[in-house]
Amino acid sequence: MTVRDVAIRLALGLLTESEGLEREITGGYASDLLSDVIAHSQAGNLWITLQTHRNIIAVATLKELAAIVLVNGRTPDADTLVKAREEKAVILSSRLPAFELIGQLYQMGIRGAV
Amino acid sequence: MSNEPVFCQRFEISGKDFINAGKASTTIKAILREIGIQPAVIRRAAIACYEAEMNVVLYARKAIIELRVTPQEIRIRVEDEGDGIPDVGLAMQPGYSTASDEIREMGFGAGMGLPNIKNNADTLQIHSVVGRGTTLEMAIGL
Repeated sequence: MTVRDVAIRLALGLLTESEGLEREITGGYASDLLSDVIAHSQAGNLWITLQTHRNIIAVATLKELAAIVLVNGRTPDADTLVKAREEKAVILSSRLPAFELIGQLYQMGIRGAV
Repeated sequence: MSNEPVFCQRFEISGKDFINAGKASTTIKAILREIGIQPAVIRRAAIACYEAEMNVVLYARKAIIELRVTPQEIRIRVEDEGDGIPDVGLAMQPGYSTASDEIREMGFGAGMGLPNIKNNADTLQIHSVVGRGTTLEMAIGL
């Protein structure tokens, strides 16, 4: 399943360029603590978070995450989008709260690492 | 066997500079990839380096990060000027943090930075002088 497949099925907004949408998704990780994401996410994961500042791009790039999904209809800071473009990171947004969004992702077969 | 570095580069980073935070680590990751280091080793080095870099941005005034790659290992030394760490053992405990509420709201200050470095580096040495600064030296074998 690619980032594009998930974005279409869950009607997620694409906030960055279309580059990176064909990345294969390996699973998901949800956390708003950056060091926790660094410690526990896996390459190719979708990262579900409410953090919107530009440092999320460095985390996503370092961990080679497939995409960042912002919950609760949050919009990234302007400089976050600039940084995302530079690093070719993908940011999606959902109007749903994290619990609901993750439930839908799970129903689609996306799992976390345990 | 030679311990002469095949590659050596220094990066200057500034405390509170959230705009450029992570840049040195991202650059180091790209350099290691260019040298042809194994992806799994690069990931570990990049994580350890990022956590150390963020510690400088969050808590110190400024620092020099030095990357040295020898045929045997990747060595990253982060020497900062700052308040120092009064109790390194305590700082190493997962969950312990002196971060402000503002830092925590950004998702930093979870008390996982130094533990993350320890988990990703093969060796980690911390030398800190209160009121002067902290030097971290980590190595990852190739």
